[in-house]
Amino acid sequence: MSSTELPVSRLKPPGSSVNALDWLRRNLFNGWLNSLITVLLGALVIWLLYQVLGWAFTTAVWTPIPTNLQILMTGRYPSEQVWRVQICLALLLLLFGLSAGVWGGILRSIASGLAAGALLLAIMPFTLQTRLVLAGLVLLVGAGFIVGSRSRHHMRRLTIALWFASPAIMVVLLRGFVGVPGLPYVDTGLWGGLLLTILLAVVGIIASFPLGVLLALGRRSKLPVVKGFCVGYIELIRGVPLITVLFMAMIMLPLFLPANVRVDNLIRVLVAITLFSAAYLAENVRGGLQSIPNGQVEAARALGLNVFQTTLLIVLPQALRAVIPALVGQFISLFKDTSLVAIVGLAELLGIADIVIEQPAWLTVPHGVHREVLLFVGLVYWIFCFSFAQISRHLETRLGVGTR
Amino acid sequence: MTAQQASDDIIICRDVHKWYGDFHVLNGITATVRRGEVVVVFGPSGSGKSTFIRTINRLEEHQRGQIIVDGIEMTNDLRNIEAIRRETGMVFQQFNLFPHLTVLQNITLAPMWVRKRTRKEAEATAFQLLERVGIQEQALKYPGQLSGGQQQRVAIARALAMQPRIMLFDEPTSALDPEMIKEVLEVMKDLARSDITLVVVTHEMSFAREVADRMLFFDKGQIVEQGSPEHIFTNPQHDRTKLFLSQIL
Repeated sequence: MSSTELPVSRLKPPGSSVNALDWLRRNLFNGWLNSLITVLLGALVIWLLYQVLGWAFTTAVWTPIPTNLQILMTGRYPSEQVWRVQICLALLLLLFGLSAGVWGGILRSIASGLAAGALLLAIMPFTLQTRLVLAGLVLLVGAGFIVGSRSRHHMRRLTIALWFASPAIMVVLLRGFVGVPGLPYVDTGLWGGLLLTILLAVVGIIASFPLGVLLALGRRSKLPVVKGFCVGYIELIRGVPLITVLFMAMIMLPLFLPANVRVDNLIRVLVAITLFSAAYLAENVRGGLQSIPNGQVEAARALGLNVFQTTLLIVLPQALRAVIPALVGQFISLFKDTSLVAIVGLAELLGIADIVIEQPAWLTVPHGVHREVLLFVGLVYWIFCFSFAQISRHLETRLGVGTR
Repeated sequence: MTAQQASDDIIICRDVHKWYGDFHVLNGITATVRRGEVVVVFGPSGSGKSTFIRTINRLEEHQRGQIIVDGIEMTNDLRNIEAIRRETGMVFQQFNLFPHLTVLQNITLAPMWVRKRTRKEAEATAFQLLERVGIQEQALKYPGQLSGGQQQRVAIARALAMQPRIMLFDEPTSALDPEMIKEVLEVMKDLARSDITLVVVTHEMSFAREVADRMLFFDKGQIVEQGSPEHIFTNPQHDRTKLFLSQIL
């Protein structure tokens, strides 16, 4: 094929480089109407920026945020025990650093993102102690990365083991034990703030994922009982708002349980969020399953793979990859939906923000401090959701390799 | 029929019927294929030829009659079906490679999960097969990066990796560009000279003339005529066979 090479045209495509002035003239000032609109909108943007920045740097009272940072982050978790939360955070960041060193790739981007975030917070005007903790976290990510990349082989097993053990370690550490002096019991009712938000979101995502996949597979099952149950479950949950499911878990559930059985509030909310999220996840995954051509299943079955292997090795990997954008979209909305638990009495980030706003210390501020606090909370939500979206984009490009 | 003859017949179909709704797609197929034989199945579209070879490994269920493959009767028992599928390789018109796996993983998947080979064994076999079909340098690419002819050769290697006694080809060259048909047919001719049994649905009459031991002409769900390529091409008995051959040759 290569021996009979024809003379090929070496003409380059017409250039598309334009300087800024050309671009402005072509896109913003072509004709008097467009020029007028450009000038008006430009003025509006400048005026808005002036107002917002003027407010942020002169009238706004930001003191509630640094003074209440610990409350916003951990809720009513006892002050003298907050080191336990910090250790959990340190463990997590160390794990991300280790994983980045061992596997590289997308984990490396995540770890550097985390380190950069911590570094950015460390230069904010928080208390010295907070800033030292944050700087320590940055160092931990770096240390993890170096150790992980130096001895990949040895650290791989250890890192995987640590990831699997870390949820149990963290729960034990956060909850503690009755009667143990160094690690006193902290009721889950006191967990709050960003800590609770992340806990609800992470557990909800991890637990609802397998459940949703099973529901999606069940909905396509040929067994009428399995299919009927899955369809019924999905349609029931999808027809009800999350807040209703939360109320069911908090108020109705105790009525059905024997009087001496008490289920922890946090666990009830976690179960409610998981069951709710699984139904939506199932429908997303079902979309992916339907996009897999039947020839894939036929080829797998013709090779002698059984139904289970065909699903696990051929159908699910392709189906899940096809629906990454939808899944990430759902995880983002799950993260934001955790703010609804404030209504059933758990003080996650938004619930805590309300408490901070109502503090008597800010009664003397003329217009109150709700703008400042809510802006801060919104920024925190945005940082997390935006990071999810970025990670998913990386994931899509990486997994798309070689598939056309 | 003596026991010796019976074991020489690797595929036995007796009065096989199948309907799609009211459409009688297979109308009493009775045929046997001997061990090592190369059988070409041809006929107009909609004649049931693809459905027929898809009943041999139960991608289509037959509703009446009996199919026995390598001494195993095709029943609803999943163990029988999976035993038959392990002995039967299939190559599809649309290749049906697994797009999320590399060429090498496509080939080693079934040997590792079904035959329980180690990765090392399976990869060694895979490289041998890729060399046999002439594309060993593509092992680490994904199917989407290969041409149609290369993909179909990978599909053949994937089926061969299970060391089947029977290979079923369902119009393997119909989705290929003309210049790629030849490279796939060369691989199939090489297989025809081995002791694997081949059942091939195809319109490639030159291939049939060159390597087929026997040809089955399908029309309207029945085997209208069968015989050696010489018989079919020079002395067809049935009007429908003559008409069809005159249309495609």
